[in-house]
Amino acid sequence: MARMLLLTMLVAALTGCNAEQSTLEVFGADARAIRHIAIILTSGAVIILAITVALYVRAVRAPEHSLNHEQGMRMILWVGAIGPTLILTALLLYALPAMRPRPADPGDLVIRVEGEQFWWRVAYWPSDNAPPLSSANEIRVPVGRTVVFELMAKDVIHSFWIPGLAGKMDMIPGRTNRLVVKAEKPGRYRGVCAEFCGLSHALMAFDVIAMEPAAFDTWLADARAITPLPAIATPGRALFDVQGCGACHTIRGTPHAGTIGPDLSRFGERMTLGAGILPPAIDNIAAFIRTPQQVKPGVRMPAYPQLSQEDASAIAHYLKGMK
Amino acid sequence: MKDRRPHWSERLKVTLWTLIVPPTIWTGHFLFSYLWASISCAKAGQFATFPTLFVVGTVLALILIALSGWIAWNQGRMPGGSTPHEDSTEIDRLRFLAKSTLLLAGLSFVAVLFTALPVIYLRDCL
Repeated sequence: MARMLLLTMLVAALTGCNAEQSTLEVFGADARAIRHIAIILTSGAVIILAITVALYVRAVRAPEHSLNHEQGMRMILWVGAIGPTLILTALLLYALPAMRPRPADPGDLVIRVEGEQFWWRVAYWPSDNAPPLSSANEIRVPVGRTVVFELMAKDVIHSFWIPGLAGKMDMIPGRTNRLVVKAEKPGRYRGVCAEFCGLSHALMAFDVIAMEPAAFDTWLADARAITPLPAIATPGRALFDVQGCGACHTIRGTPHAGTIGPDLSRFGERMTLGAGILPPAIDNIAAFIRTPQQVKPGVRMPAYPQLSQEDASAIAHYLKGMK
Repeated sequence: MKDRRPHWSERLKVTLWTLIVPPTIWTGHFLFSYLWASISCAKAGQFATFPTLFVVGTVLALILIALSGWIAWNQGRMPGGSTPHEDSTEIDRLRFLAKSTLLLAGLSFVAVLFTALPVIYLRDCL
């Protein structure tokens, strides 16, 4: 029975293993430091627990009158008070340097991220004074370069957390918090909102793509140099215009410049739909357009149940084509 | 040695009021840490880059706590009464208050250190 329980717990714990969103699977310098501290703290705690248990067992099993009161009091003083104080002081001195913010230069890439119920407004601000590049629910960072996140919130407090990259940082309305990071390993990762922010808090995630610096520069240049879409009136594009999607969503190169919802200019290259929750398949996108509440309770986007399945799919095809 | 003049640290009797001296200094230092950091941030935009005043304040707090601990330690060893010193006599009450003050002084000393270290290490005002 106990073995079954242990096995069940182990299997349940294993479901937490993944390479995309884990403090153990690190791709950034700060997350590596945090993991190192966590390993040292855990090992130390296990050693202290073992010593405590051993002392406890010895005290319980000792024959009567074999223990000396004076000795016991001295042990409480040293092992119970002075020892822990010294250990905690040493740990504080060891961990404090890691809490110091990473230094950043004015020339470093700034990525401004705003938390909103329940998605992420992203803007890349390179140092060349050019206008920023808007995006949403996906963050690309160059490997080996310092990146400054400027974190804000529109409605309630959110918390920005990419477990594999760095520690958490709260996003507080009316404030700008800075988080300076450095990615070390390319790959696809995931970040989440780590502060309860409403109904779909658990469905507020985002993709993180760490890229080689040269590839990142090419991507950024491509994304900023967006060319107007050809004036071919596809059914999806016409529907997007007619249904008024542009009141909330921006698609660069078209007259649509709404800023209430996520920027959809390069929606086709996104790896997930609805802020990191679904694969961006046509069916999923169509379902999200028609009944977003079913996918994401509390979402601010109005439902479009009047759209037929075909029309919703046509819009989905149009959006998927945006790269 | 019966009629020797008591040392000043023995004449200064610990009371319930002197018992709270170490934690009060800790409180004062804690408040001072926040005030110093916020004033430094407001006036200079950063802190702990010139922590002279803060270090002086911390050392002063530690000295005062150590001093009250030392007085308490001295009085906790006043002769008189018999072990385990738990009767309601003058001397036992004094020893109890002195011992408590000593323990509080130890706690306050460590607490002031643990407050001061992050202030000196962290320098980001945001």
